[in-house]
Amino acid sequence: MENDIALSASPVPNPKKPTGMKHFFKQLYLQRALVIMSVPFIIWLFIFRYLPLWGWVSAFQNYKPARGFFEQEWVGLRQFEFLFTDERFFRVLRNTLVMSFENLILGFVTAITLALLLNEVRQLVFKRVVQTISYLPHFISWVVAAGIIQTTLSTDGIVNTLLMKFGWIDEELLFLGKAEWFWGIYGASIVWKDVGWNTIVYLAAMTMIDPALYEAAEMDGAGRFKKMWHVTLPGIKSVIIVLLIMNTGYLLESGFDPQYLLGNGMNISHSENIDIFVLNYGIRMSNYSLAVAAGIFKTVVSFILLFVANNIAKRLGEARLY
Amino acid sequence: MALADAQAAARSEVRQVRPVRKRRRRYRMSAGDWAFEIFNHVALLTLVIVTLYPFVNQIAVSFNSATDSLKGGIYLWPRDWTLDNYKYVFKEATIFNAFLVSVARTVLGTVLTVLCSAMVAYTISRQDFVLRRFVTIAFVLTMYVNGGLIPTFLLMKSLGLINSFWVYIWPGLIGVFNLIIIRSFIEGLPEGILEASRIDGAGDFRTFFSIVLPLSTPVLATVALFSGVYQWNSWFDVMIYNSSNIKLSTLQYELQKILQNSNAATTAASAFANSGNVGAVQVTPLSIRATMTIVASAPIIMVYPFLQKYFVKGMMVGGVKG
Repeated sequence: MENDIALSASPVPNPKKPTGMKHFFKQLYLQRALVIMSVPFIIWLFIFRYLPLWGWVSAFQNYKPARGFFEQEWVGLRQFEFLFTDERFFRVLRNTLVMSFENLILGFVTAITLALLLNEVRQLVFKRVVQTISYLPHFISWVVAAGIIQTTLSTDGIVNTLLMKFGWIDEELLFLGKAEWFWGIYGASIVWKDVGWNTIVYLAAMTMIDPALYEAAEMDGAGRFKKMWHVTLPGIKSVIIVLLIMNTGYLLESGFDPQYLLGNGMNISHSENIDIFVLNYGIRMSNYSLAVAAGIFKTVVSFILLFVANNIAKRLGEARLY
Repeated sequence: MALADAQAAARSEVRQVRPVRKRRRRYRMSAGDWAFEIFNHVALLTLVIVTLYPFVNQIAVSFNSATDSLKGGIYLWPRDWTLDNYKYVFKEATIFNAFLVSVARTVLGTVLTVLCSAMVAYTISRQDFVLRRFVTIAFVLTMYVNGGLIPTFLLMKSLGLINSFWVYIWPGLIGVFNLIIIRSFIEGLPEGILEASRIDGAGDFRTFFSIVLPLSTPVLATVALFSGVYQWNSWFDVMIYNSSNIKLSTLQYELQKILQNSNAATTAASAFANSGNVGAVQVTPLSIRATMTIVASAPIIMVYPFLQKYFVKGMMVGGVKG
């Protein structure tokens, strides 16, 4: 499994690897059909994936599109200095971190809980139906999801209606208008959208657990909770850890869509994250260099997090990413 | 290989469930077990209701007469049944055009993605291909580094892809994830078949088109579904690249504009509403929103339950492969 994850980038030498330049070109000629099938896409890859990396240098410039490449003004680390003294950037950073951790922790806890509950259902038809329905929101675009969430939370939406009916509130609440509530709404939204989908991997892992373990636990007098706690959860531990590491690398990718689509003028202090900051500074205000600097900062932090998480896993003697 | 794992997992799920059921029938349920059973079913049913209600509610509002909806109180079923909202949405030239663009990008994008990904995947599945490692590493590296929003935006600008339909197709042509799952599937095909076609004198193109492509239908279906959903749901690229050209707008982006403006006085939706009040058709922002939500998610809601197994398969492969 570890090898699989390392992909074929692993340095296993190909036994048929040709030696010598002449041999190489001869092979290349013989395999020209394969070359024709792959090289155009390497060119595509270079243009669309590697060329933008050049753009990183503009973080050290005061980039103006009107000027040519060699006429740009170099400003060193001034863009980064500006970022780290900007109060707004700190707020943006705080929002990104809070919502990212929320995404990570909430995503894991809810998905594992739901997987455990589903795993205990014995009526197969009921289980299938619940699964199918719970995957559904994952495939709906965030635009539609945001529309649905706005409708649900609006003053005449179902949440307010129910709260009024039960008499828990005296007047309708403006959920998306309260900045402090945004993180909660964000958490609920991502859980609503993805909890079902995230269970798939755990449920697959649970089917791999040896049934004999459950029987042994039963003999020892374990009830259902004990079996869940002592057999099922340890059985999916390695999957949980691999996914945790992988998601740590994407930690700062807490998403753009939900924050942008649910955000509004009233909750911007809690909804704006790095991606929205980049969009606003870069594309809306054409302050390209500053936006690129913010993007670089995010990428670097992501790399460090991935590295740290992988090392911790290595220390713990668990499966790891590389 | 990973796909084989996933299939094995699916098979073992079927095989394993029966003995568990038999065994548990013998096992006497304690009071605690009953309590858990009831709790579990209630929890899962709550999840189903919370997931489905917002969709059902939007469907009800979209089929309810617009003026009647304003009175509120539409929950699960339309009170004053009408098709006017749908008639209005499809008569509105902008929205109908956006619908066509959405369909076009979904069809074209999916076909090209599947074909190109499969081609590259075939070349890197060939152990004797001289450029195999180079191509693989070039693609896999892009999983970890990317230029970010602003450099990509500037690149599209200099490639002349702003205000162009092709910006929906080219940048996302080949995804590394797709490449990896197709490659592992092709590598899992019986060696003899490819060998035989080569011995029979078929070149690489012939082998690819008449042997590999037809045999890879299951994995290509998975990739096509992910790609189709991605294309249908995209709105961000429309917003940043093509927002000034209404002819290239998509359904999701039109909906996003309606949602974003729904609080403001001069909204697209209320403009529709005002202009729509001529003749028999009466619409309001509320009903237009609900109708657009349904139109934008209907294709997915309709096809998804039938194709669910392909999605799940793809997800499991992706989970194992990282």
